[in-house]
Amino acid sequence: MVEFIAVFKRDVRLAAAQGGGLGLAIGFFLIVVSLFPFGIGPDLKLLARVAPGVLWIALLLSVLLSLDRMFQADFEDGSLEQLVVSRAPLEVIIVAKVLAHWVTTGVPLILATPILGLFLNLDEQAFGVLVLSMLIGTPALNFVGAAGAALTVGIRRGGLLLSLIVLPLYVPILVFGVSAIQSSLTGPSGSLQTMMILGALTLGSAALAPFAAAAALRVHLR
Amino acid sequence: MNGSVIFKYANPTQFMSLSKAMLPWLLVLTVASFGIGLYGGLWVAPPDYQQGETVRIMFVHVPASWMAMAAYSFMALASLVGMVWKHPLADVAAKSAAPIGACFTFLALVTGSLWGKPMWGAWWVWDARLTSMLVLFFLYLGYIAIWQTIEEPIKAGRVAAILAMVGFVNIPIIKFSVDWWNTLHQPASILRADGPAIYISILWPLLVMILSFTLLFSVLLLVAMRSEVIRRRIRSIRMAKIEGFG
Amino acid sequence: MSDLSFSLGRGDGMMLSGPNGSGKTTLLRVIAGFGEITGGSLTLEPVPDDDLSQACLYVGHQNAIKPQLSVLENITFWAEFGGGDVESALSSFSMTPIKDVPVAMLSAGQRRRVGLSRLALASQPIWLLDEPATSLDKASVKTLSQIMQAHLDAGGMLIAASHTEFDIPLNKTLELSAREPGAAEAGHG
Repeated sequence: MVEFIAVFKRDVRLAAAQGGGLGLAIGFFLIVVSLFPFGIGPDLKLLARVAPGVLWIALLLSVLLSLDRMFQADFEDGSLEQLVVSRAPLEVIIVAKVLAHWVTTGVPLILATPILGLFLNLDEQAFGVLVLSMLIGTPALNFVGAAGAALTVGIRRGGLLLSLIVLPLYVPILVFGVSAIQSSLTGPSGSLQTMMILGALTLGSAALAPFAAAAALRVHLR
Repeated sequence: MNGSVIFKYANPTQFMSLSKAMLPWLLVLTVASFGIGLYGGLWVAPPDYQQGETVRIMFVHVPASWMAMAAYSFMALASLVGMVWKHPLADVAAKSAAPIGACFTFLALVTGSLWGKPMWGAWWVWDARLTSMLVLFFLYLGYIAIWQTIEEPIKAGRVAAILAMVGFVNIPIIKFSVDWWNTLHQPASILRADGPAIYISILWPLLVMILSFTLLFSVLLLVAMRSEVIRRRIRSIRMAKIEGFG
Repeated sequence: MSDLSFSLGRGDGMMLSGPNGSGKTTLLRVIAGFGEITGGSLTLEPVPDDDLSQACLYVGHQNAIKPQLSVLENITFWAEFGGGDVESALSSFSMTPIKDVPVAMLSAGQRRRVGLSRLALASQPIWLLDEPATSLDKASVKTLSQIMQAHLDAGGMLIAASHTEFDIPLNKTLELSAREPGAAEAGHG
């Protein structure tokens, strides 16, 4: 537990010291979303219809982009070796890193989505569900992505490989995330079920992904 | 079960001699099975009253889809064996199965698209089955990419094994989500190979074709595994040369 | 690498030597728990060998410090993570005057000193040092030697791979040879 808190604090502090990482992710998010009206035309009705999907896909890509460095820096400067041989199980340390990453990039990205929702003429009554669905669903993106980042750590052109590996695994999260917003537009209680499934995806990935990530990191340190 | 008993037959040298002896027989069996299956599918089975002769694509599409799934399961199982017992031949099997499985998946996608064209009027419709198959194809691509990016075979094998198992756990979840997504957007799916009314004259050629595809997979797998074992031997000879050089 | 055997008791220090590519780093990493032993065994008594890697403090080629953080923040993290006293770690390589400077601004030798400050935090009985004296000046090598000596005096063990001579007598040496496998031999120096 001491190790968990220490790693969490350090990663949050590192993200704050770096600053640039978060700015990059939010900038990317903003640009990807604003590209859609250029691609499909400024028709407000059409934009409102595609808004939930566009926002989720852009969020997913921004998270993916920021995941690339998750273990890479620790791997390069030798910190990872020290984390691996510590008394705390590596899985616990990975959970600390994932949560720190989620707090420092996932949450700010989510907070930016309502503004981008306005860009896309998304119905204001969906904003609450939009943010909620992302809060419930994005940890799953981070956990699954952490497993992918661990698998590709130390590999040349690892970022591209990471996308290839992780994006297919993001399909369920995307489907239920978007579906939660869409069903909230048709009826008030419709989104509850999809929220539950999203929550299940997050819990499931939180339970399994750290083991896959830890196994992968150990292989790469050999 | 004792690991050493299992691996008595999985020793690379024994595998090479055993597979060499098996291959010709397996090849004959595969050709014969394809002969029977294709005859049944193309001549015996009746054309569909709605779809006409195009229904015969089913005799390639269904077995290809089956093999796409089966090859991935095989890969995940081989990866598990490789992880637990660290046997090199398990890694070789998983690695060799991937491109073959990817080809079957691609075949299933192409035949599905060809089959769907007269029905849907479009080359590609986001039908639940085809979409799941597409995601499976992506999973194969990621797995193959890992093997291609990591130089060192033992490390590549371990990393790829973890990915294969992660993918395998995710397949049912992806399938569930795609089905959910599909019913949300388009209620009825036209592409159906199952259903209550399947005639025996359609069923037996279909089963024979599934058997033929499975046989074809094992032939291709054995050939691919043999070349992989040889490739690794060449690699270790070269490594020994470098070490001897000092 | 094959046919290697050695044993260390309390207060023993061992010097690994040998040309490039002879496997010094590999050996240290295997003991630290990165890598696999394909034959033979490593045991730590009286602790069961599962805990061997946790009984070791491994100092590799990299310093395991973050350039964005200050000296103090880096050392504080390792103290929070694995225990130990921050102040004594800071003073061990006399980093106290520049503790608030981001590591990114330091020279290679100063960074190495920050990395080696972890030795003062360590509670592990076995130290594995891979080229610890890289880019250190003479004074710092002397400090390092003193810290190593103090560790040995307290009943600790250490294995060091280094091209630099230390001021302290390490009572064992292990010569690794690159060419012929099997030529490695452990002996008392």
